[in-house]
Amino acid sequence: MASNPITPATGRASLAISGARAVTARSLEASDRGDQIRGAVFLALLLLGIGVALLSLAAIIIWALIEGLPRVDPRLVTNAPSTVQPGEAGFRTALLGSLMVVGGVIGLVVPIGVGAAVYLEEYADRERWWNRLIELNIQNLAGVPSIVFGILGLAFIVRGPLSLGFVAAAGSLTLTLLVLPTVIIAAREAIRAVPPSIREGSLALGATRWQTVRRQVLPAALPGVMTGIILAIARATGEAAPLLLVGAVTFVTYNPSFLEGAYSTLPVQIFNYSSRPQAEFRVLAMAGVILMLGLVLAMNSFAVWLRNRFEQSW
Amino acid sequence: MIDTKRELENVDDQPGTRDVPLRLMTQTEMTASAPAEREVVFELEGVSCYYGSFRAVKDITLDIQSHAITAIIGPSGTGKSTLLRAFNRMNDLIPSAHIEGQIRYHGVDLYAPKVDAVEVRRRIGMVFQKPNPFPKSIYENVAFGPKVGGYKGSMDELVEQSLRRAALWDEVKDKLKTSGLALSGGQQQRLCIARAIAVSPDVILMDEPCSALDPVATLRIEELMIELKQNYTIVIVTHNMQQAARVSDETVFLTMDEDRAGYLVERGLTPQIFTNPQNRLTEDYVSGRFG
Repeated sequence: MASNPITPATGRASLAISGARAVTARSLEASDRGDQIRGAVFLALLLLGIGVALLSLAAIIIWALIEGLPRVDPRLVTNAPSTVQPGEAGFRTALLGSLMVVGGVIGLVVPIGVGAAVYLEEYADRERWWNRLIELNIQNLAGVPSIVFGILGLAFIVRGPLSLGFVAAAGSLTLTLLVLPTVIIAAREAIRAVPPSIREGSLALGATRWQTVRRQVLPAALPGVMTGIILAIARATGEAAPLLLVGAVTFVTYNPSFLEGAYSTLPVQIFNYSSRPQAEFRVLAMAGVILMLGLVLAMNSFAVWLRNRFEQSW
Repeated sequence: MIDTKRELENVDDQPGTRDVPLRLMTQTEMTASAPAEREVVFELEGVSCYYGSFRAVKDITLDIQSHAITAIIGPSGTGKSTLLRAFNRMNDLIPSAHIEGQIRYHGVDLYAPKVDAVEVRRRIGMVFQKPNPFPKSIYENVAFGPKVGGYKGSMDELVEQSLRRAALWDEVKDKLKTSGLALSGGQQQRLCIARAIAVSPDVILMDEPCSALDPVATLRIEELMIELKQNYTIVIVTHNMQQAARVSDETVFLTMDEDRAGYLVERGLTPQIFTNPQNRLTEDYVSGRFG
């Protein structure tokens, strides 16, 4: 533009110019008050949602801490449970039982779940009706109530074909069936998220299908798969109902072993303590809750750390 | 010619656990033939490519010469990429895809029942339109092909040699362990070329390798192609006519017929196709009247 601005020659011209400027300024302003209000309300609702979630979590943790802190001491993990001496009772056997059962679940669900997901995503022909039936079934299984798996475990694992009896291994198998659909679904999503261009690039170099899956797809899908396993761990650690049916008795005083003898787990033991009349048992139960939360937190933190180590960005 | 023999001997030195007729034939062919003039790498006879019942490419008959750059040009949708992917059996990945006719590689029918697609792809490599480095380090990107192929020699040397041949070594030599995805687009594409070279292929197929790159990167890759043709046979699909004119020795022109299948209009030496085409359609296309 020229260095001297054009000055309007007539009054009419300057009126026209200022009118045009006012219209432009007006049109560039926020268009609709309604839109702004709606935007603010939406944001408020979102914040409310997240607030409710965080507050509930905080409430549980704080309440458990307040109630249970008096009993949080090494005796919790070193002592066996007792019905008569609340002051000396602990969670040792239940803790070991939980670790065994959840350890068994992880050991089973990782190869089976990831293997099933790899088959469904990489090898199965999506057009065939039976593959679609399998897909539908897995998604439905994820929603089945946990007590049903308890009955299944009682009928087929504790008694029936496997006849393992009321042992920790039976608990592991039952919970594996319970969390397997979740792991399969999460793993499938993760595998599906790997771009096809990676697979094409690998195959174009002369890799076999299996080499492509093992060396490119699975490592790239690891974060998502870990998420599924984290969910499985958390669920398995906290389940009580199905385990009650497959033999997690509420009172075990000796250290459990995997394949024989009675066992108990943390949620079941907490349930036991909390149903006793004495007040000290209630405090003990809350201390058990703290212990259980701590256990889940520790396992999840390890899994999250593992996931972050393999995080990729495309 | 001696270079080619050495390349193939390199291939055979890599201990493979699979033993298929394709490999044996190639060895025999190569040691028996007399070096001197260019030989034919691919022979296509009446090749048609189908996706289910839709014919994407029909009745292609042509030869591809070794140690030359052959460009396949033509408007969009004429099946150029489909044809290119047929050379290394990448269309096998699409369940409904099949071909009619024969594609012979050094005299061996690529689609014969006994031929292993994996072995084919180790000899006929491919570089894709959008650079697709693996989400691993630069070193591991280049080392992946040889590793899955059972290479037992010094991997460090092989990686360096491949990166040098792809004109990328100087830029990445002190960051071999960093992610391949952190490179620029042109560098990523050169990484993909280095990765393809590392398995010592006979042929490198390039599907519009520069279409996602800026002009400077494009120029570097074109220079690289001309260098590479001393050791490899290159077939490139390109939308960019000027690129085909710049780099290729022979040009193949495909266009679409009324039944939406691509067919071969004309093929020949590049200077001739662009300055004195025999076919009216070719002339119209290279002078920009359609496409």
